[in-house]
Amino acid sequence: MAEQLSWKVGGQQGEGIESTGEIFSMALNRLGYYLYGYRHFSSRIKGGHTNNKIRVSTKKVSSVADDLDILVAFDQETIDVNYRELHANGIIIADTKFKPVKPEDTEAGFYAVPFTEMATELGTSLMKNMVAVGATCAIIDLDVSVFLGVVEEIFGRKGETVVQKNMEAIQQGYKYMKDQLGDGTSSLALPPADGQKRMFMIGNDAIALGALAAGVRLMAAYPITPASEIMEYLIKKLPKVGGTVIQTEDEIAAATMAIGANYGGIRSFTASAGPGLSLMMEAIGLSGMTETPLVVVDTQRGGPSTGLPTKQEQSDLMAMIYGTHGEIPKVVIAPGTAEEGFYDTVEAFNIAEEYQVPVIVLSDLQLSLGKHTVEPLDYSQVSIRRGKLVKEGIEPREDKSYFKRYEVTEDGVSPRVVPGVTGGIHHVTGVEHDETGKPSESPANRKAQMDKRMRKIEALPHVFPNPVYKNATHEEADLLLIGFNSTGGAIEEAMERLESEGIKVNHARIRLVHPFPTEDILPLIESAKRVAVVENNATGQLASIIKMNAGYPQKIKSILKYDGNPFQPHHIVESSKELI
Amino acid sequence: MATATTATFKDFRNSVKPNWCPGCGDFSVQAAIQRAAANVGLTPEKLAVISGIGCSGRISGYINSYGLHGIHGRALPIAQGVKMANKDLTVIASGGDGDGFAIGMGHTIHAMRRNIDLTYIVMDNQIYGLTKGQTSPRSAAGFKTKSTPLGAIEQTLSPMQLAVTTGATFVAQSFSTDLKDLTAIIEAGINHKGFSIINVFSPCVTYNKVNTYDWFKENLTKLSTIEGYDPSDRQAAMNTLMQHNDLVTGIIYQDTERPSYQELVEGYAETPLADADLDLGEETFKQLVEEFM
Ligand SMILES: Cc1ncc(C[n+]2csc(CCOP(=O)(O)OP(=O)(O)O)c2C)c(N)n1
Ligand code: SF4
Ligand SMILES: [Mg+2]
Repeated sequence: MAEQLSWKVGGQQGEGIESTGEIFSMALNRLGYYLYGYRHFSSRIKGGHTNNKIRVSTKKVSSVADDLDILVAFDQETIDVNYRELHANGIIIADTKFKPVKPEDTEAGFYAVPFTEMATELGTSLMKNMVAVGATCAIIDLDVSVFLGVVEEIFGRKGETVVQKNMEAIQQGYKYMKDQLGDGTSSLALPPADGQKRMFMIGNDAIALGALAAGVRLMAAYPITPASEIMEYLIKKLPKVGGTVIQTEDEIAAATMAIGANYGGIRSFTASAGPGLSLMMEAIGLSGMTETPLVVVDTQRGGPSTGLPTKQEQSDLMAMIYGTHGEIPKVVIAPGTAEEGFYDTVEAFNIAEEYQVPVIVLSDLQLSLGKHTVEPLDYSQVSIRRGKLVKEGIEPREDKSYFKRYEVTEDGVSPRVVPGVTGGIHHVTGVEHDETGKPSESPANRKAQMDKRMRKIEALPHVFPNPVYKNATHEEADLLLIGFNSTGGAIEEAMERLESEGIKVNHARIRLVHPFPTEDILPLIESAKRVAVVENNATGQLASIIKMNAGYPQKIKSILKYDGNPFQPHHIVESSKELI
Repeated sequence: MATATTATFKDFRNSVKPNWCPGCGDFSVQAAIQRAAANVGLTPEKLAVISGIGCSGRISGYINSYGLHGIHGRALPIAQGVKMANKDLTVIASGGDGDGFAIGMGHTIHAMRRNIDLTYIVMDNQIYGLTKGQTSPRSAAGFKTKSTPLGAIEQTLSPMQLAVTTGATFVAQSFSTDLKDLTAIIEAGINHKGFSIINVFSPCVTYNKVNTYDWFKENLTKLSTIEGYDPSDRQAAMNTLMQHNDLVTGIIYQDTERPSYQELVEGYAETPLADADLDLGEETFKQLVEEFM
């Protein structure tokens, strides 16, 4: 029996490829399997090759698999583009409709199944994906009755007949495939899962849920791939807590509206990708200078400019750390999993209010759009900390002197009042200002205020929970692999393989990328023979940040990938071996 | 100081001395806002003035109220965010003609469409004051400035015609020396349920030697002098603007029927969001989590 399964369905965009993967994975999730999905798609609505690769396992999986067990093809392109991933025991099942041709240089099994024809006979060719799901079940020895619940949920609204027809399509696909396979157990059969109910969500869902749990009431945003799902989720949910999403005219409006709302006393944020973040830079500076909390989610995609809008990349790092003119205290957090996406988003809102700074939650396309099984989220870990927010009880002042909103304090954080509060009137301006917010150009005041602002986040690496995720069991490792965001899963798998060959590997994933947790990572760098920073960009941005903060420019090497596709474990294994 | 229930315009004065040139039109706009705020019964705590960047943008620092002086062209989205956060506040956005009709024009149009309940006051001097005298979208054709030494060759923008066609529900124009009229219009704008745009001719005595106080006195027509002028008649509003080359003052157009954005938002809380308890609660969270299973 297989430990796990790697399944891919492909065809032309707009043909229902997504729903095929969705139905298949939803049913498996309910059985208690761990899933990890990655969609390959293009920046167009109809046409163009798309595929959805789903990994199924009885254990947690966090990366795109190296190889493939089953390839479901709705067109020849799917076969031609993907068959090389199949291992010798793999199987291609292809729709007879396009007269599929088996590639000569593959040992994988090949079956032509009349997906479309069977579906059409049942009433509509749309059900061809159901037939394909059924055929898959035959290969992995899965009882198709598990699909009933999922099909009812998806098609229930369309009536009982539609549900029945879809179930029938699955059953027929199953039966047809079983007949083809003949007797005997399949080598691709999956061991039973634990039946545990677990969440199955994309990273963006986790981020949006985190925002909701953090008490967000207004999201201001402009649609963009791969961030839009965050606003789409909140459009449905915010009205239930009295809030709303405003789709603004652009990202400048989104960021400044969120600033206005935070200044007004609520938790508000925006989410976008590189192009939107570029537009928001001046606003982020305003947040920093006026010490108005602001949370911005950046779901990285292929840049520069419009770049590769539907592809994986991690090239916004430097821009997020250094973007905006002048110098402000800013925090950049990079969750690596959907779970972290949830908790870190909650934390981002707390940090934004406690330190009165802009906080960027950095994600990437693979994390934001990949659909994964998520461990239970613990609500008791959600705390709402609003820092030095003052809502009442301000000492009366008889003269009309302003409240010291920017009082110079030891930790740099000043009391914050919001409009409407008696006795709290002060001025807020992006111009350099004194303790009451009034413009001031005096050199002494400038220095005092600049120092105060910059002081605020100095201690953050020491108080941020786990600024570096570490899987480091070796006191002296042959190799230390460092990454951020979604590459962690592939790194961990690569590590296992390298270890099995006797290479001692440690892994560190930076979760707080700014301010940089130098002290946390330095001992690992010092004790490793070699260090390789794994990142989806062309210039080694994280490696540069590490060298800048921790030194060791000779020792630190890069493993880079910027072709638009995520790292698979084998890429890291191969590059690592070249380095040691 | 206990919460005052009433205030006079003096309560809206602070100790900051404006750095505007003597004679700048913006002084009167400041005074009119302070008077209107007192007249509609506001206390300083309940007013938030959000301004852009320019000579005019400094206004939020010269009024004793909550105030935010943001970035160039973005007063409106900031102000809309403030109002969404706390519906009990009276929010005034303000800035110059460059701020609102050049760099911030996108926001101006969409704020008018969106119709969030706030009052937008533009100090229109038909020039860029703060950057020392370049052309503005409001500059007249042929107007010679630092950036148009041979005279402006672009079409002058008509913010009032634009507002009427874009769906603004309160469109008014005034002249900064006309303190009484201007105050009354700002009051009407604050009282209007929805977005109000008030364009105020506010002469720049330093860089605009054409559109001077005298020039406006000669060329402006008060709508109150036009017999039977009906601000609820959108077509008439457009015709009047065109006939007078936009040089009219008064309430040009008002739609009292259309609900404000906040009245239309599904589920929007009855009480200010800023007062809300942020805890989602374990039960609600559980339900949300279940939906992903
Ligand atoms: C993004 C940006 N670009 C340019 C400027 C420089 N700038 C400041 S005010 C201004 C124009 C001011 O004109 P207006 O808005 O009409 O205000 P006024 O000074 O006339 O009251 C410009 C171009 C800036 N502050 N920010
Ligand atoms: S330059 Fe013009 S707009 Fe600016 S303060 Fe002086 S008179 Fe007023
Ligand atoms: Mg101007």
